[in-house]
Amino acid sequence: MSSAAPAQLSVSLWRGSDDGCYETYSVPRRASQTVLDVVTYVQRHIDATLSYRFACRVGMCGSCAMTVNGRPRWTCRTHVAKVAANGRLKIGPLENLPRIKDLATDMQPFFEKWRQAEGVFAPSLTRAEPMARIKPDSRARMAADAAIECINCGVCYAACDTVRWNANYLGPAALNRAWTLVNDERDAGNAARLTAVAASGGCHSCHSHQSCQEHCPLALNPTESIAGLKRRTVAAYLNGELKA
Amino acid sequence: MKTLGPRGSSLWIAAIIHRLSGLALAIFLPVHFFVLSLAFHGGARLDGFLRWADQPLVKFTEVGLVFLLTVHLLGGLRVLVIENFDWHDGQKRLAMLVAAVSAVTAFIFLMRVF
Repeated sequence: MSSAAPAQLSVSLWRGSDDGCYETYSVPRRASQTVLDVVTYVQRHIDATLSYRFACRVGMCGSCAMTVNGRPRWTCRTHVAKVAANGRLKIGPLENLPRIKDLATDMQPFFEKWRQAEGVFAPSLTRAEPMARIKPDSRARMAADAAIECINCGVCYAACDTVRWNANYLGPAALNRAWTLVNDERDAGNAARLTAVAASGGCHSCHSHQSCQEHCPLALNPTESIAGLKRRTVAAYLNGELKA
Repeated sequence: MKTLGPRGSSLWIAAIIHRLSGLALAIFLPVHFFVLSLAFHGGARLDGFLRWADQPLVKFTEVGLVFLLTVHLLGGLRVLVIENFDWHDGQKRLAMLVAAVSAVTAFIFLMRVF
């Protein structure tokens, strides 16, 4: 912490549900402090009724994402020094998701869209059969690997204006997941998956703003995945492979 | 404090410019075709409009139209490349290049129109 940093942070937190408002708290500034540390301090020392969600605190679980000074971020991996040079923090729940209370959002629509995009692996072999051998340097596997590390934190979904404008849009995370399965040689669900992501609200709704890529804490590029789905669904349509 | 949130990146602005320029061109085109149709009713009406269009303010508006047309054309090509070919990084640089080429094209038009 630099000597010029203020001893106290002015922290505005969203309280309540849709009809709530921001309330401001004073939190001691500490060295190597994360935004999650700040929220936890308020809950432990100032107001125990504050609701928020976190688990691992080390960027593994993807449950602590919130809107920090206007941008969706993992709070556990966001240092206060990076986002609050003036000593002020404004922390709200993720956008584009229903608010439950305070900083906690309802992730159900997010995961429901995951299912709508056929984001579940459909095995092509039984456990009695030999394990499939996949070349790690094959084009399809490399495409899947480039997108596979998503932990479903919802940051891309909250950053996406297409989600904001179109409630039916599946969103970057669900489509990114679908792209990993489209490229998984072991998967047998592509007919239904390509039909699902080609439908209204699917990959062709994406405007390529690349906000998902810009905000992804793992530096993934869902726009690239969605562009891949656009090509694959058009090819499937021309080949008559899309279900009616 | 950043207030634009996820909005405000160069690619987001590029998408908004693409959409707004498309709307502006959609409004312009019927007017353009209407003016062309004046020729069907004798040259006098078209000549009258063309004399009116020689005003400096109208010429400046045409510079804006040239910018909108170029930025929409090149921005659309960028999106088509994204959606139909393998991914290439550097989209921000491409979007900036689109804006720069459009501005230069409009400037060249401005220099030649007066």
